[in-house]
Amino acid sequence: MSHFIDRRLNGKNKSAVNRQRFIKRYKTQLKRAVADAVNKRSITDIDSGEQVGIPSKDISEPVFHHGQGGTRDQVHPGNKDFMAGDKVPRPEGGGGGGAGQGKAGRGGKGEDDFIFDLSREEFMDLLFDDLELPNLVRNQLIGSTEFKSVRAGYRTSGAPNNIDVVRSLKGAIARRTALGAPHRRRIKEIEAELEGLLALGVAEDDPRVLALRDELDRARTRIAALPFIDTFDLRYQSFVQLPEPTSKAVMVCIMDVSGSMDQARKNLAKRFFILLYLFLKRNYDRIEVVFIRHHTIAQEVDEQEFFYSRETGGTVVSSALNLAYDVLRERYDSSVWNIYAAQASDGDNWDSDSVVCRDLLAEKLLPLMRYFAYVEITPRQHQSLWYAYQEIAGAHRHFAMREIAGPEDIFPVFRDLFKRQPA
Amino acid sequence: MSSRIISDSSEWTFPLLERFDREIGHLAHNVFGLDTYANQIEVIGSEQMIDAYSSVGLPINYNHWSFGKQFVSTEQTYRRGQMGLAYEIVINSDPCISYLMEENTLTMQALVIAHACYGHNSFFKGNYLFRTWTSADAIIDYLVFARKYIASCEERYGQAEVELLLDSCHALMNHGVDRYKRPSPITMAEEQRRQAERADYIQSQVNDLWRTIPSFGDDDAPDADARWPAEPQENLLYFIEKNAPLLEPWQREVVRIVRKVSQYFYPQRQTQVMNEGWATFWHYTLLNRLYEEGFVNDGFMLEFLQSHTGVVFQPNFDAPYYSGINPYALGFAMMGDIRRICESPTAEDREWFPDIAGGDWRKVLDFAMRNFKDESFIAQYLSPKLIRDLHLFAVRDDDRAEAIEITAIHEERGYRTVRQALAEQYNLGSREPNIQVFNVDRRGDRSLTLRHYRHNRRPLGESVDEMLRHIRRLWGFTVRLEGVDDNGRVQLLGEL
Repeated sequence: MSHFIDRRLNGKNKSAVNRQRFIKRYKTQLKRAVADAVNKRSITDIDSGEQVGIPSKDISEPVFHHGQGGTRDQVHPGNKDFMAGDKVPRPEGGGGGGAGQGKAGRGGKGEDDFIFDLSREEFMDLLFDDLELPNLVRNQLIGSTEFKSVRAGYRTSGAPNNIDVVRSLKGAIARRTALGAPHRRRIKEIEAELEGLLALGVAEDDPRVLALRDELDRARTRIAALPFIDTFDLRYQSFVQLPEPTSKAVMVCIMDVSGSMDQARKNLAKRFFILLYLFLKRNYDRIEVVFIRHHTIAQEVDEQEFFYSRETGGTVVSSALNLAYDVLRERYDSSVWNIYAAQASDGDNWDSDSVVCRDLLAEKLLPLMRYFAYVEITPRQHQSLWYAYQEIAGAHRHFAMREIAGPEDIFPVFRDLFKRQPA
Repeated sequence: MSSRIISDSSEWTFPLLERFDREIGHLAHNVFGLDTYANQIEVIGSEQMIDAYSSVGLPINYNHWSFGKQFVSTEQTYRRGQMGLAYEIVINSDPCISYLMEENTLTMQALVIAHACYGHNSFFKGNYLFRTWTSADAIIDYLVFARKYIASCEERYGQAEVELLLDSCHALMNHGVDRYKRPSPITMAEEQRRQAERADYIQSQVNDLWRTIPSFGDDDAPDADARWPAEPQENLLYFIEKNAPLLEPWQREVVRIVRKVSQYFYPQRQTQVMNEGWATFWHYTLLNRLYEEGFVNDGFMLEFLQSHTGVVFQPNFDAPYYSGINPYALGFAMMGDIRRICESPTAEDREWFPDIAGGDWRKVLDFAMRNFKDESFIAQYLSPKLIRDLHLFAVRDDDRAEAIEITAIHEERGYRTVRQALAEQYNLGSREPNIQVFNVDRRGDRSLTLRHYRHNRRPLGESVDEMLRHIRRLWGFTVRLEGVDDNGRVQLLGEL
């Protein structure tokens, strides 16, 4: 009559498709929510999953329903001291679950945001959707190629770590079967003969029987002597190297850590670079990042020091640009590498240095680069560096400069700098 | 005696479940005379339960973002522990599919088996609404067909296109129900064959309807301004499916699928109190009987009763977590009350229910289950005693008055008013706005006029504009919504 079925092992993610569609449909709202969320985060946990909320009214599914007003009769339980004909002041919010009942979102959240749990992957996808490094050129065009190992069947020689065990043992079985076949055939014949003789009543110690038994033993020994595995059986997985176009790119991050950059501004700069760093790590497999921090002197540092060190001093911006130039010349040939740079500063510079910076950029650095982005973190008047850079921006299309006044600007500016250009 | 106890552990195993099912089934069929479909009991995990939730409880459904939204919100509230999952989902199909959740204890599984596999199941099989409106043996097949069909539409016409159409259809889902005509059950193969036929046929009919070439000897000319359709139509989706001028055949079929699914759920929306009350009454009765016969021990009963009382708890109107009348509580109380009226009627009961007082409670309950829906069930069977027990009172909220008025309480002169008001509260016809197709301007701009017939001066909510957009998307030409008040005055509510 009744039939029990254990479905526990069936697929769990029946709703995955619908969930994806939901995300896709509300991508714009989610993106906005993700951008907001990123602004609110502390520097250390920017790349985690997150609960984001989108307004319920944006995703509501309309139906015809009654609005407020008119006459409605309701029955409620638990009367204590009401009498028929009593007048009661109208309670706030629609009379204890009157007509509004059931309209509130499931779980009674009502008009609140619809909360969405995004995994880290989904979060980053939305965060960096539609962004790319501008002017990236595939390296093959420049003439250098990378290689990738690709499987290419089997061969009989190779390194021991490439031995294909299954293939080799299959070969061994085939070899043993083939080489043992004549002996096995002989064994069968002898056994038949022996049986015939014994059936005729020939005695066990009859010379014919003894001879046959002797031969039988020898044949069996021959079979047993076949090696289980032979070098002849070994098969190796074969790999060939296929040339693969890759885009080798390097990003030079230049951050001003001078005394004029107070803690708040340093944080803004760090946020900007963290976004940049995450974006690069996520969207580009092989990218190198050079971190340069400077006050009066510039230093190349590692990621850890770049984001967390507290050293400080005066400001000479050209020191950083010089160092960047040296690093590039030494390690990153611009004919092989796509070179990018991002610089963050409050624009405060040693007075005569801004002109030096301008010339350095225009003459030495920009010709090597695909893209140079400068963000100035200042709520105040611009200083000499900004005006010096403005001259460059006028003359070079691959130079971009933006201004960040507060945390809310970071993500928009970031998106703006790296948004996908129409091809 | 103790040797009869099925198990004293709270861990369930398949053999134990089968044992429980056998005993409960035996009681249900042979002792209490319940008539059920065969049961298909599926054990699933909690994630699968959330999946099942989000496709509105159907085991298979087409893909749509709104189900994803449901899934996300269910998953959220469940993860945060704001909501326990229902212990069971049961599907009105033949065989009747019920889901048991892996995480539950043996007691809870037994409770669910009694509740869903014998309670709901017999209700699905017996109640006239389900018998009339749903075809239990065809629904799974139909859903398989619907899913495939919509997937193939997505392939051919693009997911975005299909999604827009489904959005609009979903918006009108509650107005996609035939209230008077009986749909005939058909199998998937037949549905597919007919679907192709229908597509061709409908398209030719629609074209005919909109034919603009004048025919000679036209007798219709004089009544060019007669309304069409002659009678107002309440099934908006059906009307659109058959008559919308611009829909492609596949679009009509999609409208039809949504309409069919809506029709399938229509009885459930009308029998919430009865259906849950019936199932709750039976799990209570069946498990108590198991206890009396010594199949389960005291621990089992305590766990069961704790869960049962939680389900049938009715907070008072002034409690902070009050959210209307709990259908489980009301239904269970009414079913139990009917049994009481049969078994030990008072003088009052004999006066109010002369035909059932002192009768065979099994027959009376069976009759009630088969022939009523919430509205009529309450109007027929809500007894004065129950009104007193629940301290029910009726309130009138008239926006023209300063204060709300208590119109009746649990006293002699109030019983009928309370009963009437409560029954009305479950009348789908007055709970949902009454919107009908009033006119189509066939000769002119092809505009569609809908009318909202107001009941007790209750206006439509703020969704009108959005709804008009959806209807316009389906109809393809101007859509107008008029409101008709209690005095018959007509007023334009919106036009798009």
